[in-house]
Amino acid sequence: MTNAILEIPEARAPDVPVRRKKELRGGWSAAIWFLLPAMLGFGLFILYPALRGVYLSFTDWNLIANEGEWVGTDNYERLFGSDWNNVKHSLWVTFKYTMINIVSQTFFAIMLAVMMDRLTKSVFVRGVLLVPWLIPNVIVALLWVWMLDANLGVVNEFIGWFGIEPVRFFTDTGKVIPTIAGINTWRHMGYTALLIFAGLQTIPKGLYEAGALDGATEGQMFRNITLPLLRPILALVLVITVVGSLQVFDTVQVATGGFGNRPGGPVNASRVIYLYIYENAILFNDLGYAAAISILLVAILLLVTFLQLRLLRAGESDLA
Amino acid sequence: MTVTTADQIEAESFSEVSGRLEKNRKLSVGRAMAWIVLAIMLIITLFPLWWALRTGLSNNGALFAGDQSLGPAEFTTLNFERVLGQATEAEIFEATGRPNSGSFDFLQSLKVSLIVATVITAGQVLFSAMAAYAFARLTFKGRDKLFFLFLSGLMIPPIFILIPNLILMRELDWFNSYQGLIAPFFFMTPFAVFFLRQFFLGISKEVEEAALLDGAGNFRTFFGIIVPMSAAPIATISILTFVTAWNEYLWPLTVGRDPDRQPLTVALGNFTAQQPGTSPDWSGLMSATLLAALPILLIFFVFGRKVVDSIGFSGIK
Repeated sequence: MTNAILEIPEARAPDVPVRRKKELRGGWSAAIWFLLPAMLGFGLFILYPALRGVYLSFTDWNLIANEGEWVGTDNYERLFGSDWNNVKHSLWVTFKYTMINIVSQTFFAIMLAVMMDRLTKSVFVRGVLLVPWLIPNVIVALLWVWMLDANLGVVNEFIGWFGIEPVRFFTDTGKVIPTIAGINTWRHMGYTALLIFAGLQTIPKGLYEAGALDGATEGQMFRNITLPLLRPILALVLVITVVGSLQVFDTVQVATGGFGNRPGGPVNASRVIYLYIYENAILFNDLGYAAAISILLVAILLLVTFLQLRLLRAGESDLA
Repeated sequence: MTVTTADQIEAESFSEVSGRLEKNRKLSVGRAMAWIVLAIMLIITLFPLWWALRTGLSNNGALFAGDQSLGPAEFTTLNFERVLGQATEAEIFEATGRPNSGSFDFLQSLKVSLIVATVITAGQVLFSAMAAYAFARLTFKGRDKLFFLFLSGLMIPPIFILIPNLILMRELDWFNSYQGLIAPFFFMTPFAVFFLRQFFLGISKEVEEAALLDGAGNFRTFFGIIVPMSAAPIATISILTFVTAWNEYLWPLTVGRDPDRQPLTVALGNFTAQQPGTSPDWSGLMSATLLAALPILLIFFVFGRKVVDSIGFSGIK
């Protein structure tokens, strides 16, 4: 889903229809057989549920009885009224997580991409960097839960050599979100670096040669050539990072929910918005209210994507 | 933060390499530094996997005694054997001093993961390819509008359609069933349609037209010419689809509540949740974790290049 987001801005260029073979190529009578399964799947599992989700947000649907009654705007009044503090808290936690991710992921990814571009085009290096991205979130979470364990974790053992007290990465309310953001950075930095690396390949090498002749340093060339020409890619990377981070769930659920703890802990410090929706839907069996919160999330996602693409003028490159 | 700490771990072992590089005057200091940083990043990337393997091959008792050696602590393969159901209760008790606590049926979950990911991949790639072909090559009224509608599906967060889809599963009575785990991903994803359409658009039309003039129908043209010509992108999207299906967590977590229908991701999460906080079975957990990642790692080992190359394609165009 995340890498797919990229495609929207450029996806619409229609190709020229084949006119000569109109009797075979044209018309719904030919196309329908190719489209039927995909349309069925799209209609049944994407379009219909999306519309139904809007309807559900006006009901008090209960999954056990599997029925619900129309309650008007009750769910929305609760969302922006009595429950607003909880929603606000979850949004805030998600926002913090997203901000940390943007900074750390973009930093490491650009660094890796530029180093690969300058040092090696090796597929092996790129392959190794991509490994964490292919591993399930659940497994990534478990690897780090063990490495960062407060008593036996190897990371605490290591920082102990420097006289630092063991850090309670997952049980300290101030550290749990940065910790999970760090884990996510570990998983995604290679993938993001590869996207940026592919973008770097589109920058003409002549520009760097010209820059070098003019006596520009590596730093100056990075600021004045690389960054401006990478802007379309960076805009897309940013959208992917933000949209993905706003929807974090697996890692939080597994990393904070182990060993009998309640996911989202300690004391709701990591209860991101996805987890709050999940809790309302699955634990509290209040699907109508969960649908209302997820509509708020959809609105936020659309707004953020739109703003980012606008602000970063994603479509245009400075390579004119 | 986590990344920088792990960073520091590796910095030490590399001081030796850095010293060697600095002696080589031909290499600029900047380049040498960059190589070192890149090497450190590669080690940070792989170290957690090594640590999981090392832990899986260790004795739990030695781990709890605080053994942090780089290699296995009191080497044993018992953990992998018990995850795979190959160890007897007596062996486990003798080695760990306690009964086999909080285990789960790894092989059953492996079977579920394999069935679900394989069926999803087969269906999704076939049907998405057919739709992509129609969008790329056939002409029909409202084609671009329909394509745009498909693409807009990308903007819908999974949790939003998860809730109504759960209700649908309840209505169909598909909870705890393979149909329920598979159906929402079986027919298409907007991404697969988009990815394949981009490729089909690039195929020269002349090849197809020759076939059409020879009297081949649209289906024969598609399966006989387009699909064989597109073997590479179809393989790539199949790998990506399989990996995504294998990694899926939220949907099976809500639909597959019966242990017999839980894929590895869900079973592992539950296994962790049930572990005692005071002395979790770390070596068992890490063996299971690594084994659950193994199929993905194997696929990547065999087809790595395709996946790596596809990132540039899917990411930029």
